[in-house]
Amino acid sequence: MNNKNYGILVVDDEKIVRESLFKWFLEDGYRVDTAENAAEALRKLQSATFDIAFVDIKMPGMDGLELQRHLKEVDKSLTVVIITAFASVDSAVRALKDGAYDYVTKPIDPDELTHIVNNIINQKKLLTENIQLREKIDELTQFDEIVGDSLQIKKVFELISTVAKTDTTVLIRGESGTGKELVARAIHAHSSRKFFPIIPVNCGALNDNLLESELFGHEKGAFTGAQYRRKGKFEMADGGSIFFDEIGCVSERLQVDLLRVLETRQFTRVGGEQVISVDVRVICATNKDLELAVKEGKFREDLYYRLNVFTIFLPPLRERKSDIPKLANHFMKKFSQVMNKPVTQIDPEAMDVLVRYDWPGNIRELANAIERAMVVGKPPQISKEDLPFQMKNTNGIKPSSDSIEEIEKIHILKILHQYNWNISKSAEVLDIDRATLYNKINKYNLKNR
Amino acid sequence: MFIEILGARYYEKFDVGLLCKDVKSAFNLDVTFRKTVIDFGFTFDANRIQYNSTQILNILLKSNKIKKDTKAILLTDLDLFVPIMTHVFGEAELNGRVAVVSSHRLHTEYYGLPQNIDLLQERITKEIIHELGHTFGLLHCKYADCVMKSSTYVEDVDMKGMNFCNSCKSQFFIV
Repeated sequence: MNNKNYGILVVDDEKIVRESLFKWFLEDGYRVDTAENAAEALRKLQSATFDIAFVDIKMPGMDGLELQRHLKEVDKSLTVVIITAFASVDSAVRALKDGAYDYVTKPIDPDELTHIVNNIINQKKLLTENIQLREKIDELTQFDEIVGDSLQIKKVFELISTVAKTDTTVLIRGESGTGKELVARAIHAHSSRKFFPIIPVNCGALNDNLLESELFGHEKGAFTGAQYRRKGKFEMADGGSIFFDEIGCVSERLQVDLLRVLETRQFTRVGGEQVISVDVRVICATNKDLELAVKEGKFREDLYYRLNVFTIFLPPLRERKSDIPKLANHFMKKFSQVMNKPVTQIDPEAMDVLVRYDWPGNIRELANAIERAMVVGKPPQISKEDLPFQMKNTNGIKPSSDSIEEIEKIHILKILHQYNWNISKSAEVLDIDRATLYNKINKYNLKNR
Repeated sequence: MFIEILGARYYEKFDVGLLCKDVKSAFNLDVTFRKTVIDFGFTFDANRIQYNSTQILNILLKSNKIKKDTKAILLTDLDLFVPIMTHVFGEAELNGRVAVVSSHRLHTEYYGLPQNIDLLQERITKEIIHELGHTFGLLHCKYADCVMKSSTYVEDVDMKGMNFCNSCKSQFFIV
């Protein structure tokens, strides 16, 4: 930033002082103005912004101490430096207690003056940079991805706000695709840990050994291929949060390790002996029935109680259908920007289909449906024809009775549509062989319309 | 446009010819040196035992010794001050015609070190180019090497270079 962007106001009743400092700062490239008394200084501060004010402590009328207070009332961010004679250093100290940044004694050592001004400018630059970075982080961590104004989602927002301010372990529960990770990120973003990272760990994606190494890190040579020492997710999350997705998938062996870390916040790297302490907030998510897993002995009861301190239940999309239009429009805008496609609205008929559909894959499925519609559709709107095939056809098809056969028929038809009548894939999903599927198609007279 | 260096109560043991040559090379203008006599009497502050540089500039401006189309810089060994500051190495009329440089605090002996005429020559040359730069409208520069870098103590003078940085040079040519 150029010095011209910084303004300095010199307030002194002595003309020679005003002129000398004016010239001094002008040569340094600052925007400078002078005032010979408090009234003029206040008037000038009303009409222009200054970053630094050099104020003489002894002036007729309002003195420097009082003026400082008035200047601060007008502009809180103004930095005041008091100019004083040796005899009035006591008053200058009083000024410091009242919030002045520093004081200089007459005559001023040019070196001291340069240092004071440079320090103030550097501090202001850092402050500005800090504010900009914080705004940037706030922008990045907004939870505008969690869209909706249904009662259910409003309740979730409330819970996020409540728990975010604490360090409590949070368990987020909900079906697949309901936005559990977004909620975890929102909790982190609204906590005091937001300037530290949130480290996600997908417990379902890694095998036992890999997960152990991922979580705790490893020392060089800890196992074949461990050529270097590596920090684990716990270490990386130090100061921030660690998010365990699909916590229900953690093996029994790792559950023991995890329980120990959660209790002590200490661990050792794989193949290491050094005890490492971390300060992390734990957020977990699962779509599994943990209570059942505990009953069946698949999930440790002590770990369950350790994790189940504050639970947030995310409703499935079918239970908050009033949010579907908002969500659909949100994804339409998002993908429109990403794909640079001028799609601006969703046809009412298409919206009706979206609202009536049950969304077993929840928000993830809705996002995918909109993305697909954006790809195949023609701007400026998404029409019914652009929606995934199975959605249009299964929409409105309700079992005519509660008989097993009728429900089986509807379910098979839904899966067939979902996989575009790919028999092998549909049979695999339905967990039956291809021949059985063909028999069922014939039996129920199912057709690919 | 010419540059005239006026010497009044100045330290005479340095190479005036070399000074003129260096200044000429910096500005690409003809530079002359002339000894002069100035009555500094009323610029003297008995309490501070220093001379008021702003008043010296006024004397220069009012004097008829400075020709038209000339930037004049007074070189003196007197200790200079502006009222609010403890001291100055020099002062210039920004975008004007006159400037003054003092070698008083540029001597190594001032800081208790052995005499070093070469270093003094270099310091004087830098300060003269710096103050003349102000008369051409140049402000202080942030580049450590540039002669227009502000120097509030003598080590600052030693650290900066004797030439204008490209940015100052381009402004200088625009001026």
